Amino acid sequence: MSISPKDVEHVAKLARLELSDPEKEQFTEQLNAILKYAEKLNSLDTENVEPTSHVLPITNVMREDVQRPSLPIEKVLLNAPDEEDGQFKVPAVLE
Amino acid sequence: MSEPNKYETVVGLEVHVELHTNSKIFCGCSTAFGAPPNTHTCPVCLGHPGVLPVLNRQAVEYAMKAAMAINCQIADISKFDRKNYFYPDSPKAYQISQFDQPIGEHGWVDIEVNGETKRIGITRLHLEEDAGKLTHVDGGYASLVDFNRVGTPLIEIVSEPDIRTPEEAKAYLEKIKAIMQYCDVSDVKMEEGSLRCDANISLRPYGQKEFGTRAELKNMNSFRGVQRGLEYEQFRQAEILDSGGEVIQETRRFDDALGKSFSMRGKEEAHDYRYFPDPDLVRLHISEDWKQSVRATIPELPDARKARYTTDYNLPSYDAEVITSSKKLADFFEESLSYTKDAKAVSNWIMGDLLGYLNANGQEISDVKITGQGLGEMIGLLEKGTISGKIAKTVFKAMLDTGKLPLQIVEEQGLVQISDEGAIAAIVNQIVDANPQSVEDYRAGKEKAIGFLVGQIMKETKGKANPALVNKLLLERLK
Repeated sequence: MSISPKDVEHVAKLARLELSDPEKEQFTEQLNAILKYAEKLNSLDTENVEPTSHVLPITNVMREDVQRPSLPIEKVLLNAPDEEDGQFKVPAVLE
Repeated sequence: MSEPNKYETVVGLEVHVELHTNSKIFCGCSTAFGAPPNTHTCPVCLGHPGVLPVLNRQAVEYAMKAAMAINCQIADISKFDRKNYFYPDSPKAYQISQFDQPIGEHGWVDIEVNGETKRIGITRLHLEEDAGKLTHVDGGYASLVDFNRVGTPLIEIVSEPDIRTPEEAKAYLEKIKAIMQYCDVSDVKMEEGSLRCDANISLRPYGQKEFGTRAELKNMNSFRGVQRGLEYEQFRQAEILDSGGEVIQETRRFDDALGKSFSMRGKEEAHDYRYFPDPDLVRLHISEDWKQSVRATIPELPDARKARYTTDYNLPSYDAEVITSSKKLADFFEESLSYTKDAKAVSNWIMGDLLGYLNANGQEISDVKITGQGLGEMIGLLEKGTISGKIAKTVFKAMLDTGKLPLQIVEEQGLVQISDEGAIAAIVNQIVDANPQSVEDYRAGKEKAIGFLVGQIMKETKGKANPALVNKLLLERLK
């Protein structure tokens, strides 16, 4: 498997990144190098190994359904780029 | 206009149900509806760096219960995945959802449309978190974001493409709502957004095996809206196909006020969510014991109640379906039966006067004050002849408004039926004497004239005269 400049463009678009042409070339090369390195794993026999989603040997970590205090509204809005009526105000994203 | 029945409609529904836990799915913030904006938020649901989600056990159990109630197989191993997208309603830029190991799969529900039962397959039920709410301001250039709803536990129920008509879609949605209500896992209020529905709809010529190109329809905010939205989309796609065009795979938004749908985004911008396992949430192992303990909490469900009503009380299937479609209505029905044995009478009053009133006013049984005891006792008074059918209507209306018991209403308003022969005979005489023309007409063979005389007697007694006695005494007098 290898990465084409088109793949890099696609991933950049999904991440809302704007890349210059030299950058696209650079990342294509770097990502391919990373994939090539990871390809070493293919030499292992994983025939009878379950796919791993988590590396921790623990399951079922849960909390009881109990309410805890929320943040005061002043603190909630501390990181807001702009605010109005106790709400975060952001540029509209049109679907 | 397209010829009817040329195309077969294929619909699959995605239903989102908010679970009514006390706290959010991954943090301790309240899930209560209607709080001032952003007052139910914390670093976890606001997606601040370095925080860790911890799964709410109750949310998992509600999801299991809901999945069991729609006949799903419950997973032995389940996990959570990140669904990545950028939109201001999602502070983390991903939604925690479930990708390939949902809580439940391979379920079904039965619906009844036009007297026929049909089974609709359920592909899967998974658990996820809800997103925030946006309000567009400044002429659409800016959005205000309220994150209170972020992290409210949600189940998504995906049906198989087994639905063939907008009517079936509505019946399916109503069945899902009823089951969730019986299970007591959600408020299932479409108007508050705790029950939401998207639809995939396509058309194909009858006989064709492959599905046509589908459109995804969003923003249908009521049961009627779902049916109307699908009817419109059916019509729109048929017109395109008739004119030799091709339906585009896209997402469309239904505008209930205009009764039309509008394109939101095409397939070329289709989402690439890049799901991957959420490393912050460890896997769930759902043991047989755990499943059993949740299964034991499932109450009698609508279908079982319906079967009981048709066999034990001989209710028509349709009446039983309507009454059991709302748990509160079914509970009301059963409460009435503690006060009268006449189930058919109770059902008739519910199907006629009660639902007629509620539907006309856009209300639910919980919005009116009448109790099952009230209706049951009123039917008892009718049987005993204490009140007439006409008076019962007055009493019923008073019960709707005040919740008082019928005997109290009857006493307060002086509505007790007059069953005293002497008293009625006196009024009969009075009316007969005052209307010689009608008496003559009747004797001349005009049967109708008797109706006028009965009407006059009922008017004189303000509807309280026992109708059977009035008839008997009047006929005797006219002989």
